[in-house]
Amino acid sequence: MSTAIHIKREKQARDFKEEMKGHSLSDNKKFVYQTKELNLWYGEKHALKNVSLDIVENEITAIIGPSGCGKSTYIKTLNRMVELVPTVKTSGEIFYRGRNIFDPDYEVEQLRTRVGMVFQSPNPFPKSIYDNIAYGPRIHGIKDKKILDAIVEKSLRGAALWDEVKDRLKENAYGLSGGQQQRLCIARCLAIEPDVILMDEPTSALDPISTLKIEELIQELKKDFSIIIVTHNMQQAARISDKTAFFLNGEVIEYNDTDIIFSTPKDKRTEDYITGRFG
Amino acid sequence: MSVREKFDDELQQLQNKLVDLCNLAQQALEKSIRAFANRDLNACIEIIDDDNDADLLYEEINDDSILLIAKQQPVARDLRKIVMGLKIATEYERVADFAVNIAKSTIRLEKAPDISMKHIIDNLMKMYDVSNEMLMEGLKAYRTEDIHLAKKVADMDDEVDRLYSETIKELFVINQNNPESFDLVTQLLLICRYLERTADHITNVAENVVYLVKGKHFDLNQ
Repeated sequence: MSTAIHIKREKQARDFKEEMKGHSLSDNKKFVYQTKELNLWYGEKHALKNVSLDIVENEITAIIGPSGCGKSTYIKTLNRMVELVPTVKTSGEIFYRGRNIFDPDYEVEQLRTRVGMVFQSPNPFPKSIYDNIAYGPRIHGIKDKKILDAIVEKSLRGAALWDEVKDRLKENAYGLSGGQQQRLCIARCLAIEPDVILMDEPTSALDPISTLKIEELIQELKKDFSIIIVTHNMQQAARISDKTAFFLNGEVIEYNDTDIIFSTPKDKRTEDYITGRFG
Repeated sequence: MSVREKFDDELQQLQNKLVDLCNLAQQALEKSIRAFANRDLNACIEIIDDDNDADLLYEEINDDSILLIAKQQPVARDLRKIVMGLKIATEYERVADFAVNIAKSTIRLEKAPDISMKHIIDNLMKMYDVSNEMLMEGLKAYRTEDIHLAKKVADMDDEVDRLYSETIKELFVINQNNPESFDLVTQLLLICRYLERTADHITNVAENVVYLVKGKHFDLNQ
């Protein structure tokens, strides 16, 4: 047996032992979020049940699961947007960069500045392309035109949209195609220099080419941001994410490296879901 | 109706074709060893002609597998079932080729082995018996996804290797003592080698079954 093969086999044996010990996802990685025993109720409905998940910095984490499993609820909890629903009650803890976001003195506006969000349907403001991007920085008090110009260009470049719109920044954003509008929303999100970007099915309303462009963009963005993406498209989760969490009926059934989830999932329910046996 | 009934049906059809290919290989191997034992040259020619059926079925399995992957985009165990099916089909197609090789060697035998070679012939027959059992049990392990049976199949290869080693040593001695038997000994050596390789390829089938089930590589051929 060659040395290379010998080393590979030893690694396989080690990995196997690690696997048997349970989910140790990332020994030397930093967590951007740590969720501990999170429960959430919409009135009587128990929507999230004892969710514990560690989200790794500068990685793409995909959340998959059938409709109504709690995946959108979970990411809306990460920026406390879910609290906009009046009947919501929560228990448990979510640590963002080491601080519990449910602490009474936690400033939710501060959290939402650090954690941007992109939604299913592109939702640009009925303003010019430029003003869409400049909106957030202006709210944060930036008035200098030169600084705003620089932010707009940087954000549009970051969202791979600059070359397509640089000559029509004053035009209304509604004139852009669906895929461009979604990239504009990503650019708008980048303009406030977030740390984390939450994406709730960001390509489900887009055609296949626009979808691939967004996917490519997401992979570029992970160098600078931590990304959490909810998707119904299993192939998308497999293509772009580093880790995948499978939710079912409000519980995390399995959370692991995407390569493992899509090749050798440990739980039969995960396997049944990703192979299309239910859901 | 299960959500993926059509996919499951097509996967089942693919597996049925693989079973057919294994049966063709098994029949060809059995016929070739009988033709060798009986020096039945007509049977040898039939084996060579019939190999085209195995080749065509093998190509069909390839095409079906690629189409199924393209259309259904399977993952996890579903994907391994198709990819391992493809690899196993390659092993069976190779076994059918060894049957053809044995038939060709039989045609090249200019004279029948004499009584002094009885032990050689017995060993070749034993090698065939074990290989044939491996082939059948290997197929069963694939169909039932039974990794314990797969391991048992791989272990049987040791017996074939032992017989191979013993037989070639004896053939070398015969060749030294009877240089005039060189051509006969050469063909017997080849047949011995084809049977040994057959068992190796079936061991690969067993390894593929383990990979299909566990998603990890295990070398069962050590």
